[in-house]
Amino acid sequence: MNAIASVRDALTRNMRQSGILIAFVAIVVLFAALNDSFLSPGNLTNLVLQYSYILILAIGMVMVIIAGQIDLSVGSVVALSGAVSAAVVIREGMPWWAGVAAALLVGLLVGIWQGFWVAYVGIPGFIVTLAGMLLFRGLTFLVLDNRSLSPFGGTYYDIANGFLNGWLGGYGYDVFTLVIFGIAVIGYAVSQWRSRQGKIAYQQSVESLPMFALKLVVVAAVVMWFGYQLSTSRGLPVVLIILAVLIIAYTLVTQKSVFGRHIYAVGGNRHAAELSGVSVRKINFWVFVNMGVLASVAGVVFSSRMNGAQPSAGEMFELDAIAACFIGGASTTGGIGRVGGAMIGGLIMAVMSNGMQLMGVPQSMQQVIKGLVLLLAVAFDIWNKKRAAVAR
Amino acid sequence: MSTILEMRSITKEFPGVKALSDVTLTVEQGEIHAICGENGAGKSTLMKVLSGVYPHGTYDGEIVFDGASAEFGSISDSEEQGIVIIHQELALVPYLSVAENIFLGNETRGRLGLIDWNDANHRAAALMERVGLHENPTVPISQLGVGKQQLIEIAKALSKKVRLLILDEPTAALNDTDSEHLLELLRVLRGEGITCIIISHKLNEIEEIADRTTIIRDGQTIETIDMSAEDATQDRIIRGMVGRDLEHRYPERASVLGDEVLRVEDWNVDHPTQAGRQVITDASFNVRAGEVVGIAGLMGAGRTELAMSIFGRSYGRNIRGKIFKDGKEIQARTVAEAIKHHIAYATEDRKHYGLNLIDDIRHNISAAGLRQLAPGGWVNSNEELRVAEDYRASLNIKTPSVVVDVGKLSGGNQQKVVLSKWLYTDPDVLILDEPTRGIDVGAKYEIYTIINKMVAAGKAVVVISSELPELLGICDRVYTLAFGRITGELPVADATQERLMELMTLERDQPLPTNGTAS
Repeated sequence: MNAIASVRDALTRNMRQSGILIAFVAIVVLFAALNDSFLSPGNLTNLVLQYSYILILAIGMVMVIIAGQIDLSVGSVVALSGAVSAAVVIREGMPWWAGVAAALLVGLLVGIWQGFWVAYVGIPGFIVTLAGMLLFRGLTFLVLDNRSLSPFGGTYYDIANGFLNGWLGGYGYDVFTLVIFGIAVIGYAVSQWRSRQGKIAYQQSVESLPMFALKLVVVAAVVMWFGYQLSTSRGLPVVLIILAVLIIAYTLVTQKSVFGRHIYAVGGNRHAAELSGVSVRKINFWVFVNMGVLASVAGVVFSSRMNGAQPSAGEMFELDAIAACFIGGASTTGGIGRVGGAMIGGLIMAVMSNGMQLMGVPQSMQQVIKGLVLLLAVAFDIWNKKRAAVAR
Repeated sequence: MSTILEMRSITKEFPGVKALSDVTLTVEQGEIHAICGENGAGKSTLMKVLSGVYPHGTYDGEIVFDGASAEFGSISDSEEQGIVIIHQELALVPYLSVAENIFLGNETRGRLGLIDWNDANHRAAALMERVGLHENPTVPISQLGVGKQQLIEIAKALSKKVRLLILDEPTAALNDTDSEHLLELLRVLRGEGITCIIISHKLNEIEEIADRTTIIRDGQTIETIDMSAEDATQDRIIRGMVGRDLEHRYPERASVLGDEVLRVEDWNVDHPTQAGRQVITDASFNVRAGEVVGIAGLMGAGRTELAMSIFGRSYGRNIRGKIFKDGKEIQARTVAEAIKHHIAYATEDRKHYGLNLIDDIRHNISAAGLRQLAPGGWVNSNEELRVAEDYRASLNIKTPSVVVDVGKLSGGNQQKVVLSKWLYTDPDVLILDEPTRGIDVGAKYEIYTIINKMVAAGKAVVVISSELPELLGICDRVYTLAFGRITGELPVADATQERLMELMTLERDQPLPTNGTAS
């Protein structure tokens, strides 16, 4: 097989995943062409800071969706955890970490609460979290007494607004940032190489060595370019580290752990899963607990970014997170979806919002366009599935 | 007798596959014409060509219906001509009433374009009369059993002025009484001049009812047999379907019995939702290593309920009784515990209870034994692929790759995936619920061979089946189950279909016979 054919082969085989990746690249190229400052270091940094909490929510949401459920309450949970954190840090004057711990505890309790109703009472997640959406919004008003609380300042403020830089000096670009990105690229290359060696040891077919090397080089180039852009701006955002750790951890959990595989089994066919020894209740319970905790992480990041807590914080976040999952190829009926896909879906939404803001597109048009993108992305997915079914 | 339908040299290609190649089918006016073939032979494709699901122009060849060349562009075109197809999976809406279902998509509008429900219900009752049903036309379909639903489908076809009725596996989900009733109805309809094409795997039915039988294999017509002829036997049909002599329909096996592996004593199970209704009463049975034990029972006797309640209490409430494994009493309160005790249960309903159809073969095979692949909680995906490839080879799962979605496989291959899944849990006892339902003759033989391999490896196998010849062909011992009671136990040498049927129909209040329950 020559190189071009193998590239084409790899693309068609992963059409579902690569289709959305190509769409993402196309959107980035489009905005870069329309607006000079879109790919500027400052704007890329902004992108990360502005949409990180949606991506964190989408990680939890894609797992809920794979399990065949939905969570409409995450926006309210973001608000409530931020509010509790603000009450602890700002009103009570306790240290920043107490606020973070209190917020995470709120997320945990919310998750246990919703998981209980879904898993052990058997109420569909849609209903439980619709109730939760009202419930936790109401509690937010109670905690905040209908007023905003600000500012956090200090270390808490730095969670979403801080940067790591200057530790190894700077020469117009931050060396530390580049070193971290370099380590990430090397780590990626090593893990890919080991996975390839593992497959060879099991006599599975692998892509040819030049093809493999090409893939690594392309990924490395894109990542290092991104790192360089950040390093010439303000350095490595703290929130990017949080996000990267979560993405890597949850990709492993969903693809490689028994728990993750059981989520797919439950979403794909809960009866078959049950009869294969999977406790559907436990899986549903923990998926919601996990969502609750991740929503509170997003709550911490968002309140830190806003430097305070507002009663109306996080409104409509649930819809952005859900849209990210579906644009990223998750199935509405459960059983299909990936963390990576949801991240690209979230980035598509982020890039479009950001790009349109830069170009001064009015808010009303932005909503219209985002709505259409969601619709077209899912339509493309369905068309693609039908095509694949015919071509088999 | 005149020819009502002629399909000439039908060829239908899908990308990469020739599903039908030069198929010819001639159906006479007023006959019952059976179509036989293995799964994937092209029967359903042929019927989809006929009914316009694949519109004119997407296939080669010619359809002549009622003397005129037919070019159907859609299902409604063919229905207009009186060709109605009833699919294996019934197309009824469970929460709509009988009358609403019968006239669905075919509603007659009265004044103001509204439906006159009194008139509709009246006409529905008349149609039901014709198929021998006496139900209130306003009850929801979901309240009727599957046998009656099948009849409603036929009533629906009659409402469309059907001239050629096509039935795809109409009796697959029916019990013997309902099947008999349905076949009788087809005879009555034949008397009224309605032509019928029936697709079925049940060869005894075909022998009983069909006037002629066309055999299709690998997308080609093999022959059309006049069923009144002397040599029109089941063996001849099988030979045509599989293209070779199946010397015996059941592979030979030498029984080498070991120690008792599983014993169930005084098993009682209540219905999960209806209080006070007992589904299983005082059932006791056992199975030894290297033994195939059959459980024969009519639909509704409690076969599946018995098996599932044993398998980690996945059915029923208030379960009482004892399970002994290798002589020791065990507790299996959850499926996970049952698997830990090396008990496996392969469901009768692959699609809804056995497989994750939107996931691939590899992940389905590892679903129940995933822990073995993940010593530290992390799945070794390379090892997983190797396991899947092993089973693909040893059970002869026909697929281009083990990363193909299970939903795309034929019934026989899906069943092999189910069996692979359970074999990978390393069971000592396998309970197989209707292991050959809905799969073709060739694949059945393969499943029987797999069962033989299991018992040769010292495993104990319990087979639940409604096909008595199958039980007699593969079992060492057969229990009969009727109304939740075990009514008999026969070594296969003493068992006949008649004797089993007698025990299977023993009413709840009749005393258990003392002979025949020996051992």
